Amino acid sequence: MSRVDTVLLPELDGPVPATPPSALGLLSLALGVGTLVAPGPVARLTGVDDSPAARAVLPAIGLRELGSAAGLLSGRRPAGWAWSRVAGDAMDLTLLGRALADRGGARRRRVALTTLAVAGITAVDVLAAVRVGQARRARARVIRLEIAVTVNRSPAEAYRFWRDMENLPRFMAHLESVRADDLRRSHWIARGPAGHRVEWDAEIIDDQPNKSITWRSLPGTGVPNAGRVCFVPAPGDRGTEVRVELRYAPPAGALGRAVAKILGEEPEQQVRDDLRRFKQVLETGEVIRSEGSPNGISVRQQAMQRPAQPLPASRR
Amino acid sequence: MKATAWMGTDSVKVIDVPDPKIMNARDAIVRISTTAICGSDLHLYHGYIPAMRKGDILGHEFMGEVVEVGPQVRNLAPGDRVVVPFPIACGHCSSCQRGLYSVCENSNPNAGIAEKIMGHSPAGIFGYSHLLGGYAGGQAEYARVPFADVGPIKVPDEVSDDQAVMLADVFPTGYMGAEMCDIKPGQVIAVWGAGPVGLLAAASARLLGAERVIVIDRFPYRLRLAEEHIDAETINYDDVDVLDALNAMTAGRGPDACIDAVGLEGHHGNAAMYAYDRAKQAARVETERPFALRQAILACRSGGVVSVVGAYGGFVDKFPMGAFMNRSLVMRTGQCHVQRYTRPLLERIQRGEIDPSFIVSHRMPLRDAPKGYKIFQKKQDDCTKVLLKV
Repeated sequence: MSRVDTVLLPELDGPVPATPPSALGLLSLALGVGTLVAPGPVARLTGVDDSPAARAVLPAIGLRELGSAAGLLSGRRPAGWAWSRVAGDAMDLTLLGRALADRGGARRRRVALTTLAVAGITAVDVLAAVRVGQARRARARVIRLEIAVTVNRSPAEAYRFWRDMENLPRFMAHLESVRADDLRRSHWIARGPAGHRVEWDAEIIDDQPNKSITWRSLPGTGVPNAGRVCFVPAPGDRGTEVRVELRYAPPAGALGRAVAKILGEEPEQQVRDDLRRFKQVLETGEVIRSEGSPNGISVRQQAMQRPAQPLPASRR
Repeated sequence: MKATAWMGTDSVKVIDVPDPKIMNARDAIVRISTTAICGSDLHLYHGYIPAMRKGDILGHEFMGEVVEVGPQVRNLAPGDRVVVPFPIACGHCSSCQRGLYSVCENSNPNAGIAEKIMGHSPAGIFGYSHLLGGYAGGQAEYARVPFADVGPIKVPDEVSDDQAVMLADVFPTGYMGAEMCDIKPGQVIAVWGAGPVGLLAAASARLLGAERVIVIDRFPYRLRLAEEHIDAETINYDDVDVLDALNAMTAGRGPDACIDAVGLEGHHGNAAMYAYDRAKQAARVETERPFALRQAILACRSGGVVSVVGAYGGFVDKFPMGAFMNRSLVMRTGQCHVQRYTRPLLERIQRGEIDPSFIVSHRMPLRDAPKGYKIFQKKQDDCTKVLLKV
């Protein structure tokens, strides 16, 4: 079964870099191999063939490019390697700047053209490094949850209740309402603190009757999210294992603070309590309430409770 | 209405509170006629159970008359006289369907905190802290009873309040303690604790065919009840060494099964042992004083059963695992699955096989609840069980 992580959710994964790290890697590879295999023509092309130092410096630059290529193509820490390319570019520009001052005529023109080309590459590298970093940070902000509960009802009953999205606010504490626009699309409203409301549209992108439902928010929401619920028959005739995977990215700023409050400091606990209420509603028909917990399960109210203290030894 | 409220450690008051309301479709409201103070209420009184709040209504043993039912309650009607089991059970989860009502998977709205302490949450209990649901208790004029279609049973007129209210907790709990011993003819059963549960466990062991029943306690008046009503042999641990006495009485075998009806606030005849656990408990290094449990394990015959119905809350220090493992012992435990036992035990009372109300020593009006807690705590005036009449 595919994971919820495979659900395409562009906002969740951050901006896609115009130049992916692998393209930068290929560029480094080409430059590195070219410089090492043909140092003479490269020196002529760039206009530094008159310098004895070029014979030592060019292979070093080629080796550096190969190092960057290996790092970028390996796929590990792409942001770091992209910035290493920028550092290399800066070094090249410095060397070219010195070369430009000493030369004249056709050679000076060639060095100037090379400088221009390297400056262009530098711009592409800087842009790519920034984008790669942004994407990485966006992915790091995504919260992933996997929580399950066993419900003493058949997969078909559990599926049917969940598939009617308008039922969700009956057990998801922070949801005010879900309106089904049609069989796939729905409009969700979550209640936040101090009258804050978060709204979004969602669509069901995969629906396997009595087995699983996968949904994601539609583009344009402030809180991109995706989820999947699977209904797996529990062994030993014990009903259904309801397994939920969620992925969402709380936004930054005031909206982000509101979302964080809605989901509490322990989003896992919140979802676990939501699932417990799902079990209660399916098994008993209602959310269970007590005088001390008039709203049913609530993390916030649990956190407010003060424990009783034991009797001081002197008074026993 | 008037209700008995927990006001802090060693403090209860009868205060005015709002009347209970129907909150769920399967609720009933019961006007209480008789309610009782339980030994485990003393754990709340002493402040050993976490998550109590000032003003929480106490009490989990109660009975009375149904005055209102929710739309989903079809088995009860206003005017019915009922006794209410102390664990709140939904009847529909897989635990309830297997008869394990006290570990109902749905009835604790604060299951999250209980899970942090116990791994999984047990059922909610009336008037027994927010850890176990934050339900208002029944030492009051009225109580809301959730899942009224599952728990309460109607009580016929010929069974008195004093007999019937025993079905809320102590009688089924004692009975389950004896039932877990899997008693066979000729067997010797030892019971630690001659409080209400211990005495009813001893009486139940008799009902289930035990040949000899031995009751261990330190209060002579409680041991006298065991001798007079159950024909039990007794050991006062303030006077003799319990293990020596049990070995002598069973010619070195040890009892076939041992019932711990004491729980976390045990006492010990040996002052040094007592001081050791008391100090650890005070420092919160352990939450229990498990003298009865340790002794029951050491005393039990090899291959026997240790049945634990005394209430424990947290962690036990110096658990004799070596004895437990090397001598092939079996331990069976549990908060009582009361709903399983109310009807058959009511029938036993009706048939005259047992009158569990022999343990009642005091009857007083609800407004005297603070006095009831005090004399039960201090074991004054030969107190074994206090009933509050509303």
